[in-house]
Amino acid sequence: MLAESLLLSAVLFTIGVVGVLTRRNAIILFMCVELMLNAVNLTFVALSTLYGATGQVFVIMVMTVAAAEAAVGLAIIISIFRHRQTVHLDDINLLKG
Amino acid sequence: MDNTFHPLFYSFHFYLFGLIGIASALLFVTRKSPVAAALWLVNVMFCLAALYLMLDAQFIGAIQVLVYAGAIMVVFLFVVMLLNLGHPSELADIRGNGGRLAAGAVGLALLAEVAVLTRARFPAQLTPKAAAALAQVDQPGGVIAPIADALFREHLLAFELTSILLLTAIAGAVVLGRKRGAADAR
Repeated sequence: MLAESLLLSAVLFTIGVVGVLTRRNAIILFMCVELMLNAVNLTFVALSTLYGATGQVFVIMVMTVAAAEAAVGLAIIISIFRHRQTVHLDDINLLKG
Repeated sequence: MDNTFHPLFYSFHFYLFGLIGIASALLFVTRKSPVAAALWLVNVMFCLAALYLMLDAQFIGAIQVLVYAGAIMVVFLFVVMLLNLGHPSELADIRGNGGRLAAGAVGLALLAEVAVLTRARFPAQLTPKAAAALAQVDQPGGVIAPIADALFREHLLAFELTSILLLTAIAGAVVLGRKRGAADAR
């Protein structure tokens, strides 16, 4: 089932990329990033059946980073929303050239 | 892979959870409402937890449900609620007959599976890998011991560094989320 796991992981990652590229809601964008992290985790777990438990340790690290990223990212979104009353990325263009 | 008690049962569920995961992910990126999208993403995470169980990563499967579906997605939903972004009309009621039929079919299928599994017996002749997996579960420490060994010996420094990362994230989230002027008001 290794090949199927890697294929599923690639498909989920691609869906996450498509979401990041097409969606314009900042919160849904963050969720797409979480989906991509999950796809990578599936690769780690699938390969850990071949190469031992180190892959699962990496999954734990990725989950920690994802939790930290969600906390800080959502705090930034809340703080942007307080200023601009929107989370639509097209309206947040202060740094756009 | 031959670490299964019944290859057909194993591969059927592997493909089942994989396809449900892909379908949920597609529904997730196409939903308009952030609340609906978040719930479909929770579905993807549950499917991935099931796949982790089937790939002999039971501990990862458990913390996938606890941390990802239980904690991180709740934070997302909490922020959606805080910013008042959900569209109540899309969530106010149970869906139409199609949704009810699908929910009933899935529920019946799961109940049937539970009934089958409670009657199942292990085959007398296990494949070598399945026997090894069973033996590992019976050991003291069980399936968690190899992960703990790698985490607290080989990668101890990285593990300690994550505590700094989490502390920084907490401090950053509190500072960013604070209302402007809240400190001056006191």
